[in-house]
Amino acid sequence: MAAKTLTIDGKMVGAHEDQTILEAARDAGIKIPTLCHLEGLSDLGACRLCLVEVKGSNRLQPACAIKVAEGMEVQTHSERLQKYRRMILELLFAERNHVCAVCVSNGHCELQNLAIELGMDHVRFDYRFSGFDVDITHNRYGLDHNRCILCTRCVRVCNEVEGAHTWDVAGRGADARVITDLKQPWGEADSCTACGKCVMACPTGALFYKGSTVAEMERDRTRLEFIVTAREKKQWIV
Amino acid sequence: MAQRIEIDPVTRIEGHAKITIQLDDSGNVTDAHFHVTEFRGFERFCEGRPLWEMAGITARICGICPVSHLLASAKAGDAILAVDIPPAADQLRRLMNLGQIVQSHALSFFHLSAPDFLLGMDSPPATRNVFGLMASDPDLARAGIRLRQFGQEIIECLGGKKIHPAWAVPGGVRSALPEACRQKIKSKLPEARATTLTALSLFKKLIKQFKAEAQIFGNFPSLFMGLVGPDGSWEHYGGNLRFVDSGGNVIADQIPAARYREYIGEASEAQSYLKSPYYRPLGYPEGIYRVGPLARLNICSQIGTPLADLELSHFRECGNGSVTSSFFYHYARLIEILAAVEKIEAMIDNPELGSEWLRADAGINKLEGVGVSEAPRGTLLHHYQVDANGMVQKVNLIIATGQNNLAMNRTVAQIARHYVHGSKIQEGMLNRVEAGIRAFDPCLSCSTHAYGKMPLAIALIGPRGELVDTASTPV
Ligand code: SF4
Ligand code: SF4
Ligand code: FES
Repeated sequence: MAAKTLTIDGKMVGAHEDQTILEAARDAGIKIPTLCHLEGLSDLGACRLCLVEVKGSNRLQPACAIKVAEGMEVQTHSERLQKYRRMILELLFAERNHVCAVCVSNGHCELQNLAIELGMDHVRFDYRFSGFDVDITHNRYGLDHNRCILCTRCVRVCNEVEGAHTWDVAGRGADARVITDLKQPWGEADSCTACGKCVMACPTGALFYKGSTVAEMERDRTRLEFIVTAREKKQWIV
Repeated sequence: MAQRIEIDPVTRIEGHAKITIQLDDSGNVTDAHFHVTEFRGFERFCEGRPLWEMAGITARICGICPVSHLLASAKAGDAILAVDIPPAADQLRRLMNLGQIVQSHALSFFHLSAPDFLLGMDSPPATRNVFGLMASDPDLARAGIRLRQFGQEIIECLGGKKIHPAWAVPGGVRSALPEACRQKIKSKLPEARATTLTALSLFKKLIKQFKAEAQIFGNFPSLFMGLVGPDGSWEHYGGNLRFVDSGGNVIADQIPAARYREYIGEASEAQSYLKSPYYRPLGYPEGIYRVGPLARLNICSQIGTPLADLELSHFRECGNGSVTSSFFYHYARLIEILAAVEKIEAMIDNPELGSEWLRADAGINKLEGVGVSEAPRGTLLHHYQVDANGMVQKVNLIIATGQNNLAMNRTVAQIARHYVHGSKIQEGMLNRVEAGIRAFDPCLSCSTHAYGKMPLAIALIGPRGELVDTASTPV
């Protein structure tokens, strides 16, 4: 496995050739904001929060999906990137109903945390006030589309880790929605094993344990990490 | 020529109360309306939300008494889960409500109303507030602020933050009282008790000076409603509903919350977003009833703690049967603070408060549930209908200020009769109307606006709807 040398934010960094810019940056202690990325799942570059500037290319690149290359010069926190990241967050907030004050994830939400971290203090776009349904037909979990950011973590974890493939995305653009099985209510989706991995993976208050009240939804990612490590490395570290 | 006086918002600042006073042809006051022009639509946008979120959502109805909504909502949830909550959860919810009563009543008395009593109703509005009180009686003002803090700390100890703690949930509560907090609360009890007793003796001295106000500040016969325990004693969280008339006779007793509809009707009026509930057997508007501290002390047979019971006996001397002047809401509020402090004293060493068994786990077992609690301002009812998954289908909320709506209108009319002659609004009227409404401590954002200065606008309206005179508080 060949090693590559690149610079990230002016810092010389060594990485394996099959690592992504995101992984290389994290190994070097440089934090790049992400939303759709989740350790242990495949990456697909859906949220665009991890966009970085690579010298020699005009286009911004998603750090989670681009492999490192020899001599690459990467900028992760330029003015331009900060501005775009804030805009992406604003669009996510405007797209559906994020009323943090009464959300199950208030205080434990990756979207909310990023908004705070990146200084998104207001939204310049008109809210769409989605008014989508809430599905609490499953006897253990609930789904509020109004808080979903379509990161597809649930889709990937269910497919790649649990192997049930209950989740999918249906519809396009503003109509896109995560669905269970063939778009039947979650409680009637036969493929669902009720393992709860999607709930553990969701970054927002979209998926929740039924019975959670405001600000009560804290996710235990260590269980997910445990399963992924066990499966990939055959190590059972609790 | 009949006329109408209107107390109207001059500048439409949020929570601005608008009052209209109707005059008849000879210039006498015939009617008055206190309009609530804010519309918030909570009942509607709770539809389609999971039952478990309701406590957190409805706690947002009010930044002043979120705890009361939280408890009523959690109780409605208990009813839908059809569970008896663990005994520790019951005790903890009670503790939080007592803290809420202390902090809210302390705010009403020391911050909002004491300036009227101590500095005089006609003292300049610029200093007729808690800061003016600070200058004239710093010890009292400070003690009052600390008493309120004491109540807030109890809420914070349990809910994690002073306002909007989504801590009570269907089936119980989320966390116990940490030992360090228990000790802190305990150590502050003596001061809380002393402050309350000082305020009580001060108020009793002042009562004599306010004979006129006691006569005209909403002094009329009406029914009173609130919760009482199984033996008829003062309640704030459990028990059942009781109605008492102005002669002090119990006319309906031990009504479980779930049957409220048989006793309470709700009228809505065009000029206000507030619904006006009434006692159904008497109809509208004859079935006018009052809730809150005055009502709770009128309906209970005893409080159940020594000092508060002693005060209750003095309080009863202010009326014949029931105490009917709304001016005595202030007195009742102080007695309730005392009752709350004594009840906290009695429970604070209960090891149950640190229990880990706090939440009953159950699914949806009933499709409908009613929860009731006593908010500082009066009885609060949450009525939910859900589907088999627990999705909220319909919500009805009966709030304290709504129940006192009719009584507030009467109070304003009564005060106006004394201060409106001909077609002119007389000096001192605005302050009296303001103080009269404040006796009810209405739960509108206006009730705490600008520390004691209630943004009021009054309009005097003639028989053909023409504006005769206006007056408003400086904003
Ligand atoms: S999902 Fe996150 S950002 Fe959206 S409302 Fe909930 S806490 Fe706020
Ligand atoms: S439900 Fe959650 S995990 Fe799934 S796409 Fe929406 S936000 Fe992502
Ligand atoms: S984390 Fe890279 S696109 Fe979402």
